[in-house]
Amino acid sequence: MRKERSYTRRRRFALSLVLTCASTVALTAKGLPRPRQTNAQEELLALPGEIGRSGGRLVVSLRGEPKTLNPLTAVDAPSREVIGAMQADLVHINRSTQLTEPALAKSWKISRDGLLYTLALRPGLRFSDGHPLDADDVLFSFRVYLDESIHAPQRDLLIVGGKPITVRKLDPQTLVFQFAKPYGVEERLFDGFAILPRHLLEKPYQEGKLAQSWAPSTPANEWAGLGPFRLKEYVPGQKLVLERNPYYWKTDMKGNRLPYLDELVFLFVPSADAQVLRFQSGETDIITRLGAENFSVLSRQQRGFTMADAGPGLEYNFLFFNLNDLGEKPSADFTRKQEWFRDVKFRQAVSAAVDRDAIVRLVYQGRGSALWGPVTPGNRRWVNAAIPHAPRSLERARTLLKEAGFSWSTAANGETTLFDPEGKPVEFSILTSSSNADRTKMATLIQDDLKQLGMHVQVVPLEFRSLLDRATQTKEYDAGILGLASFDADPNSDMNVWLSSGGLHFWHPSQSHPSTTWEAEIDLLMEQQLATAGYDQRRKLYDRVQEILAQNQPMIFLASPDILVGAKNSIANFHPAVLEPYVLWNVEQLYIRNGPENASR
Amino acid sequence: MTQRRKLTRWLIVLVFLHGVVAAAGFFAPYDPVEQDRERPYLPPMRIHLIDAYGHFHLRPFFYPLRLRKDSFDQYEEDTASAVPLRFFTRGADYRLLRLVPSRLHLFGATVAARVYLLGSDAYGRDQLSRILYGGQVSLLAGLLGAGVTLLLGALIGMAAGYYGGWRDDLLMRAAELFLALPWLYLLFALRAFLPLTVSPLEAFLLVVVVTGMVGWARPARLVRGVVLSVKELDFVRAARGFGASDLYLLRSHILPETANVLLTQAAILVPQFVLAEMTLSFLGLGVPEPMSSWGNLLASLQQYSVLVSYWWMYLPALAIVPFFLGYLGLASALQQRSSAYKIDGESGWSPT
Repeated sequence: MRKERSYTRRRRFALSLVLTCASTVALTAKGLPRPRQTNAQEELLALPGEIGRSGGRLVVSLRGEPKTLNPLTAVDAPSREVIGAMQADLVHINRSTQLTEPALAKSWKISRDGLLYTLALRPGLRFSDGHPLDADDVLFSFRVYLDESIHAPQRDLLIVGGKPITVRKLDPQTLVFQFAKPYGVEERLFDGFAILPRHLLEKPYQEGKLAQSWAPSTPANEWAGLGPFRLKEYVPGQKLVLERNPYYWKTDMKGNRLPYLDELVFLFVPSADAQVLRFQSGETDIITRLGAENFSVLSRQQRGFTMADAGPGLEYNFLFFNLNDLGEKPSADFTRKQEWFRDVKFRQAVSAAVDRDAIVRLVYQGRGSALWGPVTPGNRRWVNAAIPHAPRSLERARTLLKEAGFSWSTAANGETTLFDPEGKPVEFSILTSSSNADRTKMATLIQDDLKQLGMHVQVVPLEFRSLLDRATQTKEYDAGILGLASFDADPNSDMNVWLSSGGLHFWHPSQSHPSTTWEAEIDLLMEQQLATAGYDQRRKLYDRVQEILAQNQPMIFLASPDILVGAKNSIANFHPAVLEPYVLWNVEQLYIRNGPENASR
Repeated sequence: MTQRRKLTRWLIVLVFLHGVVAAAGFFAPYDPVEQDRERPYLPPMRIHLIDAYGHFHLRPFFYPLRLRKDSFDQYEEDTASAVPLRFFTRGADYRLLRLVPSRLHLFGATVAARVYLLGSDAYGRDQLSRILYGGQVSLLAGLLGAGVTLLLGALIGMAAGYYGGWRDDLLMRAAELFLALPWLYLLFALRAFLPLTVSPLEAFLLVVVVTGMVGWARPARLVRGVVLSVKELDFVRAARGFGASDLYLLRSHILPETANVLLTQAAILVPQFVLAEMTLSFLGLGVPEPMSSWGNLLASLQQYSVLVSYWWMYLPALAIVPFFLGYLGLASALQQRSSAYKIDGESGWSPT
């Protein structure tokens, strides 16, 4: 699961969001609590919510060791999770409301033509080492993000309309970002661009060592950030200890400076089962990314912890067929298979035969949602509720296959086999990731579903890397099951899944021209929504994309798991969200209810 | 008890056990791949003779299990309706020994209320049927694997022992090399070279061939030892003096002398090869889903949640116990028999 997620994120950054048209927009921050003045220079952000008590330590397990603490090079999930607690961005997406809110920028303005973004920095900001921040740090940060020699994974997001954005400083507190073309995501763009300390990183940058700096073993005094926690200690193979950033720029409604916790400890616990054991024994305070089975084990043996089902997340799992245009290369056998796969009626029949309710019940123990489109019910703002939730119907599947010229015959041993119009038996294999028990289970259920249509399906669990390699590079496969988890609820984060030129357009990736008319229509709609202003307009366009996908079933959408997490009862302000990081998104507000001794160990 | 009676007793036990597995279709109440999606992880059902009102029934019966409300895997007995077990009933189609089509099962229940004596797995498949059918795969792999190994071991051991010299050196160094090979990793590597989709039969043959190929070194060494001493015996020398060919000597005089060691080895190797098949299937290199083998039945125990929640998923591990006992008993009876024949200690070898 972790591998899948980190891969998704990396590729999304790597493939740029392209092509915009003219539109206008103006927006400023509103409806948020007024910053509370603490002194003449400082303007802190006050957060609503339960007032907590200071002190204590929170221990969280991490699936792997972070490879780096450098936001410019971090691509793996553990690194990004750690960096999330240590760094801050100009504008932040609230993981709970899924809307943007001011962060390092206290306000922003977008010009009428949508090309100029003017951001005002929060006054009095200091890095975690006490060094003040000004517009030059922001200029430096975006200069290095855009520097091609650094290979920052976020770089492609800053190329709009084929041109890199430009950043200018109006005064020490004001910056202007200029875009070559208007950009539908607007200020959401800034989420994920951590602002870096020029005073520490300029020297390594000039020496060409920036990409290598800030390994986890960096001494704490050579590191600085703007997030709630700062580096304290790194023990290779064991843990990363962060301590409270005394200069953090948020307070609670009573004016107490956040975060409440003194320490945040990340333990490196490689397997999901080991994480459960650590949590059960009380070694860790919080557990996230739980599978349904482990969730029910913990729920049954509840001892001083709260288990929470945060509801459907953004992950969608799907079955896809190999619709690639392989030219002369493939064998006659494979060409015939592709003829079935290309027939929309065949795909619709498979979709009709899949028992999605059984998948939700048997794979997720009911803690998930059946899917008929790519947008999960967890993505409230973008899901198209009009997409029909057709119940499983073998009757309809048989009718569709009959219309497509398929026929059945029953052998002497009572086994029914489906034959294609040329009289060849329908047999194919489904690849799944061997490290993901959930998807292998889905495949086994689908295998049985399709057996009832007379299709002979083999399930082939493969190591995740080689599965991806087959799906996107060599294209030697019949069908596969994969899952994608967007890091943001906005449709733009799935741009390279739906664009026919996209690298994650799994059924036929990286096409130079859309090979079908419906793919061409999706391309057009996705490009339009990227450059369209206003949620209602964009939503209409994206609804149509979901409709086309549901009709043509290039991916047969299966199910989406709920976000399942748990925390000790003593952890307060525990409000899991369905966007990553599920629990730590409000880490600055988490506190320990009965005093610090409760959590120290 | 005489050696012979002991041997016969163990043989009868083994024939019976293998007979049950070979006739899995008859003893298993259901098709091992049939999913009952309403009843995942159903615990083993209790068979009653006395009902909820204290009445005694001659025919054993069970109460169907019903899912507790808002639960995924917590069941309770529905005492409102008792379902009697039926014996020699008609059910799912199968082929006895893969040849004779039949629908007769030792026992079963009604179509609506299925009986799960050993519970069900994640897909609601009957665990008892899966263990019985899985035994066919595991035992056959064990028997065939042991057969391949013994054949190779006997040929190589005889050649090395009989011809001696550089041939002996070469073959025995090769044997040592094979003993030192990390064969599990070798198998992973080999699997990566094979085509993506292998049919269940191919996967099965792969397991047999690979386990058979890597195991020959130990029996080869034993056979070589026997041959070394036998070829110097007077009657062998005499036969050679009369001009007997190598092939004749090996076949008529030496091979019979190695029979005891080969038989004992067979009884020891079969359980070892069953275990090897289980290891491979446990790691996902054996027969693919939805087919079962004892190894891939245990594979679900790799998940912590299954380990702590569903104790009946351990039962396939128990299934091997009687088989292993039978084979080990047979091996010791064979060994005793062979040492009884060799009281003079002339050959000077030990069969273990």
